[in-house]
Amino acid sequence: MARPDIPGRLAGEPDPHLYLSGVTVSFDGFRALNALSLIIEKGELRTIIGPNGAGKTTMMDVITGKTRPDEGEVFFAGEHDLTQLDEAGIANLGIGRKFQRPTVFENLTVYENLELAVKTARGTFATLKGRLTGEMRDTIERLFDTIGLAARRHEQAGALSHGQKQWLEIGMLLGQDAQLLLLDEPVAGMTDHETAATAELILRLAKERTLVVVEHDMEFVRSLGAKVTVLHEGSVLAEGNIDQVQANQRVVEVYLGR
Amino acid sequence: MRDHPTYPLLTPRGWLVFALVGLVLLAVPAANQWAATGSAAHLPDYLVPLIGKYCTYAMLALALDLIWGYAGILSLGHGAFFALGGYCMGMYMMRQIGTRGVYGNADLPDFMVFLNWKELPWYWQGFDMFWFAALMALVVPGILAFVVGWLTFRSRVTGVYLSIITQAMTFALLLAFFRNNMGFGGNNGLTDFKEILGFPIQAQTTRVGLYVASVIGLGLTFLICRAVVTSKLGRVCLALRDAESRVRFLGYSTTGAKLFVFTLSAVLAGLAGALYVPQVGIINPSEFSPANSIEIAIWVAVGGRGTLSGAVLGAFAVNWAKTWLTGAAPEVWLFFLGLLFVAVTLLFPKGVTGLVQQVRNRLATRAIPRQAEGD
Amino acid sequence: MKQSRVPRRGPERGGAGQPADAAPQSWIRRAAAGLVAISAFLLIHVSASAATLEDLLAKLATDSFAEKVEAAEALGSLGDGRAIPALRALTDGRLYARKDAGPVIEDGSVFRDALTRQPVAGLAAADLDKVRANNRLRGVLEGALSKLSLFSDVKAERLAAARDAFKVGSAEMATTLERALATEKDTDVAAAIRFSLTAAKISSGTPEQRVLSIRELAGSMDPQVRNLIAGVRNDASQPKEVKDAADTALAAMDRKLMLSGIAENLFQGISLGSVLLLAAVGLAITFGVMGVINMAHGEMIMLGAYTAYTVQLVCRALLPPEWVGSYLLLSVPIAFVVAGLVGVLIERTVIRFLYGRPLETLLSTWGISLILQQAVRSIFDAQNKEVANPEWMTGGFELIGGFYIAWNRLYIILFCFMVLGAIALVLRRTAFGLHMRAVTQNRDMAAAMGIPTARVDALTFGLGSGIAGMAGVALSQIGNVSPNLGQIYIVDSFLVVVFGGVGNLMGTLVGAMTLGVVNKLLEPVAGAVLGKVVVLVAIILFMQRRPRGLFALKGRSVDA
Repeated sequence: MARPDIPGRLAGEPDPHLYLSGVTVSFDGFRALNALSLIIEKGELRTIIGPNGAGKTTMMDVITGKTRPDEGEVFFAGEHDLTQLDEAGIANLGIGRKFQRPTVFENLTVYENLELAVKTARGTFATLKGRLTGEMRDTIERLFDTIGLAARRHEQAGALSHGQKQWLEIGMLLGQDAQLLLLDEPVAGMTDHETAATAELILRLAKERTLVVVEHDMEFVRSLGAKVTVLHEGSVLAEGNIDQVQANQRVVEVYLGR
Repeated sequence: MRDHPTYPLLTPRGWLVFALVGLVLLAVPAANQWAATGSAAHLPDYLVPLIGKYCTYAMLALALDLIWGYAGILSLGHGAFFALGGYCMGMYMMRQIGTRGVYGNADLPDFMVFLNWKELPWYWQGFDMFWFAALMALVVPGILAFVVGWLTFRSRVTGVYLSIITQAMTFALLLAFFRNNMGFGGNNGLTDFKEILGFPIQAQTTRVGLYVASVIGLGLTFLICRAVVTSKLGRVCLALRDAESRVRFLGYSTTGAKLFVFTLSAVLAGLAGALYVPQVGIINPSEFSPANSIEIAIWVAVGGRGTLSGAVLGAFAVNWAKTWLTGAAPEVWLFFLGLLFVAVTLLFPKGVTGLVQQVRNRLATRAIPRQAEGD
Repeated sequence: MKQSRVPRRGPERGGAGQPADAAPQSWIRRAAAGLVAISAFLLIHVSASAATLEDLLAKLATDSFAEKVEAAEALGSLGDGRAIPALRALTDGRLYARKDAGPVIEDGSVFRDALTRQPVAGLAAADLDKVRANNRLRGVLEGALSKLSLFSDVKAERLAAARDAFKVGSAEMATTLERALATEKDTDVAAAIRFSLTAAKISSGTPEQRVLSIRELAGSMDPQVRNLIAGVRNDASQPKEVKDAADTALAAMDRKLMLSGIAENLFQGISLGSVLLLAAVGLAITFGVMGVINMAHGEMIMLGAYTAYTVQLVCRALLPPEWVGSYLLLSVPIAFVVAGLVGVLIERTVIRFLYGRPLETLLSTWGISLILQQAVRSIFDAQNKEVANPEWMTGGFELIGGFYIAWNRLYIILFCFMVLGAIALVLRRTAFGLHMRAVTQNRDMAAAMGIPTARVDALTFGLGSGIAGMAGVALSQIGNVSPNLGQIYIVDSFLVVVFGGVGNLMGTLVGAMTLGVVNKLLEPVAGAVLGKVVVLVAIILFMQRRPRGLFALKGRSVDA
């Protein structure tokens, strides 16, 4: 496994948690990602914004192994070449992904959703023999403490509201013990109250994990107060805090279409 | 509020129903063998192999329900696994005929003598031993399912594409088994069996024996399926039916889970086929016809996919209707079957068990206000 | 003087080999009958002074078998087709000798003059004497007839005789053929004669002639020629240069035979491909636009075929005979409408309730297919029905040696491409097509734009079913019509769609043609059934590389 040779990084300095370099993805001639390079440090909270078609979801697809890049390097924790692994393998390294549309198992109960998420041996036969251990139960209770929903544990997940499904999904990523969380529009479709609660949850999670949040809602991005990366046409247009980015002339042009 | 779910193999009530159904099924041969002829309790001879056949169909329905009802994969090729299991058992019984065939050849079945074959093909070796044939009846469908499943699941062929591929698989086998030089009796298949394990196949006592074996096989299949669906893997299967990519992003190998269930399901279908052939006395390529495989889906759908008891119920109900209708009004049968397909998908997507559940729920909701009044 | 009233033959009869002034003259007949008979027997080229036709016919009706034999042989060599009826009549025992005049032929209830073919009235039974034949005479008659047929009036007879002559290959036959060739005006017959002549030279000519002839025939694809040349090659008595020429010729023939075999398989493959395309294109539309797996699609084909059958029955009953052949053209639009309406009905009553549930749709449409099959079985019966080819679709033509193209196959290929072109036009150029494509790409957005998606769905399904109906008409022309006709094509149709990629006409075209051609190319190697199995397995393996088919669009959407 070739470790990436990262320019400008001194020997002995810790590897970045996520490292993308020159990643290019084309669909039928359309370049969804165009030599995208991005470095996320361990423990960092990063928000990513960009207009539609900027390549945000494709970037997530590349990191989580759903899409293989045509070119470029993707490394996790400095040693795992993500372009060589499948989704399950990447997930088991500790990368969790929340989809744009909340994706939970609607025909399973909330409890069962979390049970499947809790980190255990993932092999087929191990799963066949898998039992609900006391340790797992404790983990699941802790997850309920984090995301709420404890009162609805035996209801089918399909019966939850949109916002509750978003939380359940985040809870599943936590159960997976993901160290790098990729959240695609975590507050889409949420009420203001839910949005505020989610911002609080994300800030709490950011204390011990690396988070990459893709979001459209500028107020929400501002409330996270983190470093912002602007994607445009498959590459990074600007980077900085929210005020710097909003003052950037090119970003204004892209967003206002001047 | 800190309660946790448990996943028992069967609830106490479930065990009770299981035992009752088993007793009723086992009462059939008893009523045939021991009740006096002419008494109300006496069942005619033909019912024993008939219900025995239904039992093997119910096993087949369970096998399909496991893969379709739980993992959401509609296999339109399960008839092929069933037929392969049946052919393995048929090969054993062909070898048992020995010199009693028309040509009196101790080694070669009649159709091979007829084709001027001089020696037994390699793939017929070993089938003179029951244990080997029985093993092959499970292994051959299993291997085929593993290979087809590995090829398709790995490349993420899903939904209707997978259904069509499995249909093409059974169609290919149908064509292949029609060929005389495949060495499986071509068009006529394997028939004219004389005995199984030394018992004459036509004797009523042998039929009762086979019947009991089918009931036990059905019970066993039910418990195996139940064990899978109550396991964590069963929940993973349900999960991947809902949101396959989410399962992958949780770190599970969906290919592995599907492959396991698909292969197990094929093995169970092979077992059903192996029990089916000695009771009907023939196996021929028509068992591979795609129409047969689709019919299995309607048994499951009628009973209620995603519930194991529903699959068993559906297999019995539809096949009983088939026996009755094809006897009473043969031209009506296809209309009936066709309407059944339309009605079940359109009006009762959860089948009979779903309907029962619905009625029960409605009664329950009606009961609540009454309770409130009573308070 | 009947002879003077003999009509002059057309110019094709009067070539150099048989001078025009050989017209019969009665004085010469009487004077030189014996001499002429002998000379005609000895000399192959009959000169102007040789025996006349009339003399020989008279001689044929004598009592002496020896003379009859002589006359028959002479007539055979004379090369005048007018002798044929008399020779035939003698063979059949219908030739009668007449006192004082030439023999007559019994033709049903009338007697005709053997030469003029004019009916002769007022003959008494006592005047007539049946001319008898023995076995030796019959043999000679047969030989004479076969040579004379080369000079028959009827083109088909000359052609057949020229082809038959191939098998004889004697030196004498070569001379007869040369003579026939000199007078032959019809190019087809001339070609056949030249062919047999060359073959005759291989058997009987000088070594130089043989080598030349072998080289000439090396271009032929006829298995008979191949046998002939192979015979020469294996004949130890042949000189070396002849054998070498035979070797070269055989190699060339085998190469050509192989090429024509491939061409034939290709044509068969394209023909099968176009049938598959017709069967699958409607499916591709319903599957591509609506995501609906229609298992009753095969039954739409079957309905189309039965429509053709019904239209045929009605046309036979109502139309004047010369118009009956038009039923096929009539049944194409009718089948489209019938199957299309049934399709719309199915969509409105069943399928629209099942959108987004493809597996349920699959099962319910399978149920519909069972109902339709049984309905047709009840209305008509389970027997195979025949829809006759109209005249303009029967038969075929030979393109190059041995490569035969049947009209019905050719018309189906043309029809298939016309249908495809029409569909492409509908999709690209009409408002309905635009709506359909819009719904395919984004159903919700299309609905938001005011496109009546429900109506588009119904019409799309009707269109797909209607095309299947037209496919049924085409299929009725290459096979029998039976209630399970659709079942024969449904698995293949699905494979075409899956292989080509969903919702893409180009994919369906390439998919169908590939499957058709590969199937037919595999057939001679692996046999029909095994070839099919190989194709099925190959598609399953292909789905490994391209699970969404050959022409699938890549997408970036997350399928959650």
